[in-house]
Amino acid sequence: MTPPIKVNGLRKVFSSAGREIRAVDGIDLEVTKGEFFGLLGPNGAGKSTTIGMLTTRVIPTEGEAFIAGVDVVADPATAKRYIGVVTQTNTLDRQLSVAENLEFHGRYFGMTRRDAATRSEALLDQFKLADRRDANVAELSGGMAQRLMVARALVHEPEILFLDEPTSGIDPQTRLALWEILRDLHAAGQTILLTTHYMEEADALCERLAIIDHGKVLALGTPEELKSGLGADTVITLTFAEPPDALLPKVERLAAIDHVERSGDTTLRVYAADAEGLLADIVILATKAKARVVGASSQPPTLEAVFLALTGRDLRE
Amino acid sequence: MTSTTLPATTRAGGSTLARQAFVALLLRDVRVLRKNLRQFVLRTVMQPLLFTFVFAYVFPKIGQGIGGAGGGRGPSFSTVLVPGLIAVAIIFQGIQAVALPLVQEFSFTKEIEDRVLAPMPVKLVGFGKVVNGAMQAMLAAFVVFPIVLVVHAKGQEPDVNIANPLLFVLVLVLAAFLGASLGLLIGTAVAPQQVPLIFSIIVLPMTLLGCIYFPWSTLDPVPWLKYAVLVNPLVYMSEAMRSALTPDVPHMDVGVVLLAMVGVTALMLTQALRKFRQRVVV
Repeated sequence: MTPPIKVNGLRKVFSSAGREIRAVDGIDLEVTKGEFFGLLGPNGAGKSTTIGMLTTRVIPTEGEAFIAGVDVVADPATAKRYIGVVTQTNTLDRQLSVAENLEFHGRYFGMTRRDAATRSEALLDQFKLADRRDANVAELSGGMAQRLMVARALVHEPEILFLDEPTSGIDPQTRLALWEILRDLHAAGQTILLTTHYMEEADALCERLAIIDHGKVLALGTPEELKSGLGADTVITLTFAEPPDALLPKVERLAAIDHVERSGDTTLRVYAADAEGLLADIVILATKAKARVVGASSQPPTLEAVFLALTGRDLRE
Repeated sequence: MTSTTLPATTRAGGSTLARQAFVALLLRDVRVLRKNLRQFVLRTVMQPLLFTFVFAYVFPKIGQGIGGAGGGRGPSFSTVLVPGLIAVAIIFQGIQAVALPLVQEFSFTKEIEDRVLAPMPVKLVGFGKVVNGAMQAMLAAFVVFPIVLVVHAKGQEPDVNIANPLLFVLVLVLAAFLGASLGLLIGTAVAPQQVPLIFSIIVLPMTLLGCIYFPWSTLDPVPWLKYAVLVNPLVYMSEAMRSALTPDVPHMDVGVVLLAMVGVTALMLTQALRKFRQRVVV
């Protein structure tokens, strides 16, 4: 079966003021039908440019991309009928009402007036917007506007739903509500590609992830695969009053420890495979070495840790 | 292709889908125009109403020279104004209906990002804006026409004579597309903070030097200006309207003005569509 998304060696170089910026630097991807796929990376990693190329808004410098088997460069007009896009910013039609936004979208995609109206009513119900159907879109709250954007992207039943940083700058409650909606869509079989720089979001929603930085895919797999790739099932974070220089080699010699990272002057991150009682052992060791522990935690590894291990940088920087 | 999984709505061929999308875009514009009809009429009516009122009514009443009948010979000023004001109304719509909304859609509302995701070539989205602008321009001409015919002082009736209705329709359609193409060109080239400049740098010189208030041939005493204004597309629109509506007033050769309008429209439209695509697809 034709995969909804197939990408080979995709590259985009922007030139500005004589400088070349490689926004996307050779990406290969394949998203299968019904999959919830995530592009995780910090701001400026190339996620939006990648989505731009897949949604025909950005022309690749090199490489190829297919949407439902259609070449997005050779035949963008046809590729567009298979995609639904929720952009970062509110792009609702301010001149039209809530319901009209959905109806006209359907008609842009060749639906008859009656089909578009029926589909719009169903979506208004599904996205709890029915009582605002005649409202001007400027009167909607941020959460409602976003639900309408998602509903609009679904009117023409796209093969793939793209969401570009849908929860950036959104309050936590609205974010959770959107997660709920996306989970339901995924459960109903919708193929989804989402970009985010929130690792919790990627972890909570995506079946498979590509971690992206500087336009390159650094790692690809399920969140579990990526996390277990660290070679540890526990990450112990310890913060000391002074730099624990003398302590570091002693900790590294403990059994069960995969590796230890310094983060800043006074924090250690200990990656361990079998952490039973390890935190206590380290604290005892520290007490003996007269290194005062001011904070300690033990957690399963996060995608944050995966990103840190891959790039040496924090995702939030 | 995975045609079995596709919804019925997307099974149509590419060109059929593009045509349907194009029609739907126009229907959307019509819906929006219907909602804003009062605003449309107001913005269309005010300028010609005030112009004819001051120049064809007040001026003759107070004996002010330029409103007079030119010493009893030649056309009345109201006759000169009819084709000119209709031409202005048309070019204004190009800016009001195409350029100003487009500047917004590119900047504040970013709506254009959604509109170009319709399953059609990007340039066709831009062309839809031109067709919508042209329709509104023609509508504006019909709104303005009775006003410029009716508003004048006693004895200042404009002498309008549509000898060739076909020529009038042709001029109207051409002028409407010229105005809307100019609108698209401006809309794709201007940043939101430059909008006030549209009026002082483009609209004002174009209208004052667009042979609205005087036939082109009367510029004989200022030869350099007579040829300089030929870069102004509004000159051809006014002169073409003159040949269609008030053929007795001296005007440029019909063939020449029509050719000039076709040429200018084609040039502006191709430039505007190219620029439109550049701004949408990077």
